[in-house]
Amino acid sequence: MISDLFSVTVLIGILASGIRLATPYLYASIGETFGQRSGVLNLGVEGQMLLGAFAAFYVTLTTGNLWLGVLTAMLVGAAMGLAMAYVTVSLNAEQGISGIGFFLFGLGMSDLLFQKLMGTVETVKGFPKVYIPGLSDIPGIGEIFFSQNLLVYGAYLLVPVAWFVLNRTTLGLKIRSVGENPDAADSLGVSVARIRYFTLILGGTLSGIAGASLSIALLNVFQQNMTSGLGFIAVALVYFGAWRPVGVLAGALLFSMINSLQLWIQVLGIPVPSDIAVMMPYVLTIVVLVATVSRVRAPSALTKPFEREN
Amino acid sequence: MKKFAWFLTLMLAFALVLSACGSPAATEAPAPEPTEAPVEEPTDAPAPAGETFRVAVVMPSAINDLAFSQSMYDALTRIQEEMGAENFEFVYSENMFNVDDAAAAIRDYASQGFDLVIGHGSQYGSSLQEIAPDFPETSFAWGTTLDTFGEPNIFAYEAASQEGGFVNGVMAATLSQSNVIGVVGPIETGDAKLYVDGFKAGVLSVKPDATVNVNYIGSFSDVALASEAATTHISAGADVLTGTAQMVVGAIGKAEENDVLWFGTQSNQSSLAPSIVVASQVYHWEGILNEMISLIKSGTLGGQSFQATLANGGEVIEFNPDSTVAADAQTLAEETIQGIIDGSITITLP
Repeated sequence: MISDLFSVTVLIGILASGIRLATPYLYASIGETFGQRSGVLNLGVEGQMLLGAFAAFYVTLTTGNLWLGVLTAMLVGAAMGLAMAYVTVSLNAEQGISGIGFFLFGLGMSDLLFQKLMGTVETVKGFPKVYIPGLSDIPGIGEIFFSQNLLVYGAYLLVPVAWFVLNRTTLGLKIRSVGENPDAADSLGVSVARIRYFTLILGGTLSGIAGASLSIALLNVFQQNMTSGLGFIAVALVYFGAWRPVGVLAGALLFSMINSLQLWIQVLGIPVPSDIAVMMPYVLTIVVLVATVSRVRAPSALTKPFEREN
Repeated sequence: MKKFAWFLTLMLAFALVLSACGSPAATEAPAPEPTEAPVEEPTDAPAPAGETFRVAVVMPSAINDLAFSQSMYDALTRIQEEMGAENFEFVYSENMFNVDDAAAAIRDYASQGFDLVIGHGSQYGSSLQEIAPDFPETSFAWGTTLDTFGEPNIFAYEAASQEGGFVNGVMAATLSQSNVIGVVGPIETGDAKLYVDGFKAGVLSVKPDATVNVNYIGSFSDVALASEAATTHISAGADVLTGTAQMVVGAIGKAEENDVLWFGTQSNQSSLAPSIVVASQVYHWEGILNEMISLIKSGTLGGQSFQATLANGGEVIEFNPDSTVAADAQTLAEETIQGIIDGSITITLP
């Protein structure tokens, strides 16, 4: 039975599932990476995702326009990011507590809107699979990488873009300096507040897309609390990935691949108790984290509100 | 600016109350809407005793989850229709994932003098065991279990979900061409395990050589993982799927996308994917609830346990009228149901 795991169908299945499962993590974690690199820990990702998921779903359900759905999710996420920025940057509130508050707000508000506007679980026609000409015909590889929906491709394209912005642009330099040494950045004329507003709004926007990727691309359904902790895993993946987009990608893929592997282990009837199987992604991610990641330092100013010394 | 900060704080507090649902403020149930759902069991509703019978219920998920919580909400709504809003009223707290919040709500309802307080979820058992002795005049009920803790004011109820599971399994085996059938389950325990085991037994009773792949995803709410679990089953060759608990909406979506048949349980799931849902096992708790109500009115506040079965009408197999295959399967299902009721079919669970 164990040997069944190595058949082509199973390997393709595991990889293709893993690629899909990693999609929402990528959007949310990359967004969170920007926020944390600029010194703000946003624990409200889950709430932003839930509201984004609902907004995308509801707009798609009523208008039939998927892109309008994504746009609404982005706007809703951005608004949540703006509110988070106002509370943590302008009012200097404690970041962890504020984030939990925004998570609960998103959880409650998405539920309330769902009850009032929809009332029952419905389905929509989400983003269809897009077969990339030529590439999708390659046996195996094509099915894994080039037969997914647009939001899945978008998530993977985001990784190099985020890397480029963070490491090769002036904006990226400002973000990093604000997260490492806000006083120095401030004395050089970089507005710490403006940068943090920007990264939090960007993070919210991406979390909104993460929600939309669930509700109108991968699952095509909205249910209360449908993210079920995914947003918190996304925050953890930023630490796992040592605040680097490529590290985040590695973490998201590792976690998702092991998750799809454990699904197959159960389906193939390999005698592993289901409780142990569902623990695997969590346990192995921790093991890998402990074993491989060098002691990368977190951005120095992370979670510290910035107040100019006069 | 200060005003805005206040507003924000207020909003956050509001959200907290909303999401935690731990607020003692109960949600009034809306007036019943006429439904066409025929109640098959003999209606032994107790006669109105002049005073309004008041029920409060705490549920783990939403009243419209198309699964466990909805089955209870629908049952209470049907009882209200039957008895009239002036004789029967009920309030509920939904989405009580958090057992501590649920315990607070249960205690609160009990002190408000409800006639019957229901904890609709096996996770609420220990809370009830603790709270019930403090309110000897109030009747409590919890499910799904048969354990009343020996308390004189606790009722227990469960569904023999293996029966409906067996019937679904028989239909699934008959309709499967690949002889591979997939099951998406939440956590390997309680009601879910009973259903899944019954389903497996049903499949194997028709096709002993068929493969039933079972996948417990370890969560009642992870829709994304449930969806990938369904995709995994389909890649493994399954052409009929079933699943239990509220996160299966993700799996139903994948089944529909791939034109794979689906069997539902806990609540009627036909509306979600009319083209592929064949039938659903639906819990009709109203028979059991009516029995409890009669007992309470005659002074017995607990100490008994009840089981919803196909025989007593607590479980009903509802067919999807839009399904193109349902007609053939229906005949077979009816024979199987009859067999289970008259005892000619016995279900052996592992």
